[in-house]
Amino acid sequence: MESFDEGFELKEIQTLEGHSDRVWSLAWNPATGHSGIPLVFASCSGDKTVRIWEQNISSGLWNCKAVLEETHTRTVRSCAWSPSGKLLATASFDATTAIWENVGGDFECVSTLEGHENEVKSVSWNASGSLLATCGRDKSVWIWEVQPGNEFECVSVLQGHTQDVKMVQWHPTMDILFSSSYDNNVKVWADEGDSDDWQCVQTIGESNNGHTSTVWALSFNASGDKMVTCSDDLTLKVWETDNIGMQSGNGVPPWRHLCTLTGYHDRTIFSVHWSREGIIASGAADDAIRLFVENNERMVGGPMYKLLLKKEKAHDMDVNSVQWSPGDKRLLASASDDGTIKVWELATL
Amino acid sequence: MTLGLINANPVVHAKKERVARTEDPHADDAVDPLDIYDFVRDIRDPEHPYSLEQLSVLSEESITVDDKLGRILITFTPTIQHCSMATVIGLCLRVKLKHFFPPHYKVDIKVSPGSHADEESVNKQLNDKERVAAALENPNLRQLVDECLYSNEL
Repeated sequence: MESFDEGFELKEIQTLEGHSDRVWSLAWNPATGHSGIPLVFASCSGDKTVRIWEQNISSGLWNCKAVLEETHTRTVRSCAWSPSGKLLATASFDATTAIWENVGGDFECVSTLEGHENEVKSVSWNASGSLLATCGRDKSVWIWEVQPGNEFECVSVLQGHTQDVKMVQWHPTMDILFSSSYDNNVKVWADEGDSDDWQCVQTIGESNNGHTSTVWALSFNASGDKMVTCSDDLTLKVWETDNIGMQSGNGVPPWRHLCTLTGYHDRTIFSVHWSREGIIASGAADDAIRLFVENNERMVGGPMYKLLLKKEKAHDMDVNSVQWSPGDKRLLASASDDGTIKVWELATL
Repeated sequence: MTLGLINANPVVHAKKERVARTEDPHADDAVDPLDIYDFVRDIRDPEHPYSLEQLSVLSEESITVDDKLGRILITFTPTIQHCSMATVIGLCLRVKLKHFFPPHYKVDIKVSPGSHADEESVNKQLNDKERVAAALENPNLRQLVDECLYSNEL
């Protein structure tokens, strides 16, 4: 890995307007940005719509290619592309999760997943695209199996959190699910037996160096042996596990607290995302974006991660989501309460 | 018949006189606590035909402003320790302030220390913007909030 030192700036490429309410979340299509396919991402908003943005290869700027509306009747809180980039899942406060398929440039709602009692807050696909997870205010986490013909069958309803579940996220290579909650905990779920029996295999809470308030988001590094979480307690925490690919069927190895990044953001941290090359981006209610990298010249007892840069006033209001793009360029997109999305390039000075 | 009311007999105080303001309110962008107080004092209590000021749920002292950082903190005092309407009062304050201030102001709303049996959980809920957004999309809650904000039955 390249070592990162001073001499970087977050350069604003474009501000995208179109949503008429706060933008809660965004997701890059993982199948774009290479082999000549222009970069695409989706954004979702309190205006009940989802917008699809595509980069124009010659200008390098993004245009809104589609507005997905008149399906969700309340806030669309989160969205996620399947690994193939063919399907988009959107989770809404209207208690449903919609599945959209790109048919010749038009997005059609091909399935609606019902079951949660009320607000659905997050949705995530597993690495192979065979499973989908959703979570919400009813404190439960649902696992859905993708069937032929865009059918989705619920295979498990996981209870365990004592408050609303803010985010679900699958591990990048293994079928292990992570959920974070208003109850301050992160839970790890796995299907350890032969039966389709998903269970909580670990709870990461205050008693094991976990967060002391709502955990809003989590993200993995590229190899999947580290995880970062962010919280209303104003900290980011990095966790590690034994090399997850090497396990020999002895169950899911536990996650251990590696370090806590504190004293940076001074309001709730809503979003965190780890880039393929190891840069952690965080977005918060202090309107700022911060980037952290591993500290290579670490003195004994010194911090394991250091601030690479901060972008104060990245938006006029809270930053709700930060996401690194696929592809070769170091592009970061951010979504805000100010109703805009910004695309940034991490450039050398 | 007062059955069902959480606090059947609240103490009602007199409204304070409005301070006549001579200077042009748009003279500068600075926000002062009295401006905010004037703006929220007449919100009606969710249970009673009295304003938050009349029930001493709010006072001038309950509002602090850090203009440099753009922060507003409002603490309010529910009339009783087990007030289940505390979150509705908090929602009313948040909605009302949203229409008044430049959007970059950060608003924190809390119950005053020791004034509520579930102080910590009420405060956490009032400041979780996702829960606030969801609550305001709930038609019943929204109606309750709107009645408190726009009712003339004081």
